[in-house]
Amino acid sequence: MNTANILLILLLLVGFSYVIGRKRSLALAKPNPQRKGSNLHSLPGYYGHLVAIWCGIPALVILLLWNTFNTPIATSLVSNSLPVEIQSQSTEQIGLFMNRIQSAVNQGNINELTDPTQKQAAEYYQSILNISNMAKTVLVLVLAILGIFYGLRLIKPELRARNRVEKVATFFMASCASIAILTTAGIVFSVLFESIRFFSDVSILDFLFGTHWSPQTALRADQVGSSGSFGFIPLLVGTLLISAIALLVAVPLGLMSAIYLSEYASKPVRNIAKPALEVLAGIPTVVYGFFAALTVAPFIRDTGEALGLSVASESALAAGIVMGIMIIPFMSSLSDDVINAVPQAMRDGSYGMGATKSETIKQVIIPAALPGIVGAFLLAASRAIGETMIVVMAAGMSANLTINPLEAVTTVTVQIVALLTGDQEFDSTKTLAAFALGLTLFLMTLVLNVIALHIVRKYREQYD
Amino acid sequence: MTNITTPTVSATTEKVKVSLQKRYSREKRFRWYGVASIVISLLFLVILLADITYKALPAFTHHYIQLNIEFNAEKLGVTAQSTPEELRRADYSVLVNDALAQQFPNVNGRNEKRALKNIISSNAPYRLQAMVLENPNLLGTKQAIWFLSNDDSDVYYKEGNDRLKPYETQWLDELKAKGQVDNRFNSVLFTNGDSREPEQAGILSALVGSLYTMLITLALSFPIGVAAAVYLEEFAPKNNFWVDLVEVNINNLAAVPSIVFGLLGLAVFIQFFGVPRSTPLVGGLVLSLMTLPTIIIASRAAIKAVPPSIREAAFGLGASKVQTVFHHVVPLAMPGILTGTIIGMAQALGETAPLLMIGMVAFIIDVPASITDPAAALPVQIYLWSDSPERAFTAKTSAAILILLGFLVIMNLLAVLLRKRFERRW
Repeated sequence: MNTANILLILLLLVGFSYVIGRKRSLALAKPNPQRKGSNLHSLPGYYGHLVAIWCGIPALVILLLWNTFNTPIATSLVSNSLPVEIQSQSTEQIGLFMNRIQSAVNQGNINELTDPTQKQAAEYYQSILNISNMAKTVLVLVLAILGIFYGLRLIKPELRARNRVEKVATFFMASCASIAILTTAGIVFSVLFESIRFFSDVSILDFLFGTHWSPQTALRADQVGSSGSFGFIPLLVGTLLISAIALLVAVPLGLMSAIYLSEYASKPVRNIAKPALEVLAGIPTVVYGFFAALTVAPFIRDTGEALGLSVASESALAAGIVMGIMIIPFMSSLSDDVINAVPQAMRDGSYGMGATKSETIKQVIIPAALPGIVGAFLLAASRAIGETMIVVMAAGMSANLTINPLEAVTTVTVQIVALLTGDQEFDSTKTLAAFALGLTLFLMTLVLNVIALHIVRKYREQYD
Repeated sequence: MTNITTPTVSATTEKVKVSLQKRYSREKRFRWYGVASIVISLLFLVILLADITYKALPAFTHHYIQLNIEFNAEKLGVTAQSTPEELRRADYSVLVNDALAQQFPNVNGRNEKRALKNIISSNAPYRLQAMVLENPNLLGTKQAIWFLSNDDSDVYYKEGNDRLKPYETQWLDELKAKGQVDNRFNSVLFTNGDSREPEQAGILSALVGSLYTMLITLALSFPIGVAAAVYLEEFAPKNNFWVDLVEVNINNLAAVPSIVFGLLGLAVFIQFFGVPRSTPLVGGLVLSLMTLPTIIIASRAAIKAVPPSIREAAFGLGASKVQTVFHHVVPLAMPGILTGTIIGMAQALGETAPLLMIGMVAFIIDVPASITDPAAALPVQIYLWSDSPERAFTAKTSAAILILLGFLVIMNLLAVLLRKRFERRW
């Protein structure tokens, strides 16, 4: 039985167990004249919930664990049963072999495998999966039914059903909150492990300080220059160049918009302009990418040609400007928050000294809000560095080491996409390089975020 | 003559006057910078939307070409009594070619003949096949049938096409002069899956793929997000290391680049847990991890806004902590929670980069039937089409963008309405 059907049956069992748990508690309750009702400790529903918990949770946990470890265990069983001559091959070869078997089994065409060893292994894999599936179905359903019986046996009028149910609910909520930690750990471990494998092939110094990026040469082992070159510097420069252009667009426009909206604008203007600006933040990045590639880049190229400049058709400038437009609302709403947090008393004091509005803004409000604005700037920078679709569609693939905004450059995110969207085996240095890039990207943005969040938080405390 | 002596102005006053002038003009200038920034930013928005709308408009209609098809049973080698299998196997392109040859009897030469075939879409024979299968009595009759035109013909009728040869444009003009061309609403866009032929490409499969992905994202991130927010706001111990760690983590996750979530999905869900790639299931898993921080942060704000008096009243009536929270606080915070959820879902709907990492860039024609079928998503479809060299795909891409933006506008309107409808000042 497949997982969806098991889940459906489990759901029905849980509903059923709630009903009989509740009934049973009512049947056990004796009318009690002193307590004007029954002698149950909790409301009857809680007894039902308790039985439902006993029915559902152990079964669900087993189902989840089983599904999680089903494939890895089956794979390792099969690969251990392989003939010696295959087992002695390199890990990549075995991986490739196993992939072929798995895809054959998943698509249900074992009979099309021509190699007898493969066919045998695939049949073995299929039989393991069948047995495992059967065992899973039986185990989960039996566990659910046992859970119902156990839950029903627990029910006694003096049972503190509510406290138990609430304990389970609280535990469930706490585990939901810790998913954030699990996600972070997942990110760190997944990119870290693959990166470590990458750095066993390519020296970390070559990666960090190499000035040449051409992963494409590492396609085949017997090729000349098969090692490829994975110098990170051109990507870093490209990323920083595009981010800098984006920030040059976004920071003045965003900051001035925020200042105008919070200090000068009348209420109706603010009520219209602020949400209108935020529309920019709601537009998907793939749309910006399309706009950058099809409208802005040709426009810049034509303008440049009219001025006698040579502009690449995929220039850093086009990607940077469009990315800047995307970040404007981000910058403006964050700055708006910090400007609004500056106490009115400071403005009034400045006006009392005879300062004009702009002098107050420049000499009192901006300095007071500076930490928050710096925080906003750093968060905007982190967003620009991590932005993918605009640069994938508008920045180009050639890893030029240049700071000329009219030339094509490539960025970290573009290269991750380029390395992972082709059809290649998963363990090549090329694909592992994507994870090393992901790790550097994650670390770069993490540092910026941590500093930014720290600055913003610290600043907020000053006026509270 | 009387000498009117101007009252003597002290040097200081003079100085102040001059500097005041300067200060006022500086003030004015500063104000204008503000206005200019807002106007420029909004101008960008207007240009972006106008540009895409303008590019998209041609894609909502398509030209159809009428041909007189003679259902010649002999040439097909079948009769009205043939089995469906025989009817299916017959070569219907003969009929189309005959109709075209009849229309343009002077066409000779291989290249020209091939070009002639290309004025209508390559799916024309399949249409005839479907018609005959449905009604075998058509055999032997003559019918005027409207066919989808090829993308090049369509682009020619819409805006002229410099890629076509003179004789091709001559045919197309001739057909138009005879009234055998009609511009109709392009229903193909909404009823077909992806295709290599621009005129046959539609967004239905991407739309369904996006729908499945969103359902999984919602089903996972909403309950988990709300539960996490309730725990952190109401139950979590203060000044506890683990709780602080969770809070810092949530804020950081909200700012992690989306492509990193894609790497996580690839390494953990696909590589380790063996979730099938390119499917709404793995897409939904990745996107729900991305949406969680948004939902948690919005839900916490909503829960925090419920005044303590509500809780105290519930406690006063003997409710437990859990009862207070779930019977009183969460229902009152629900509008805020739902607003945050809709905004998070809107973000997830437009997200592309992580989906590229988990293989949702495959060329998918079929509408996915379940969450474990390979599927495309709307933004990924846009990305794929934007990469296609055919000119007609530019309009298709823009049209798909408009549809995506339409969904986002509806979601955001919903969020605004919800906020307006249930906004409550305590």
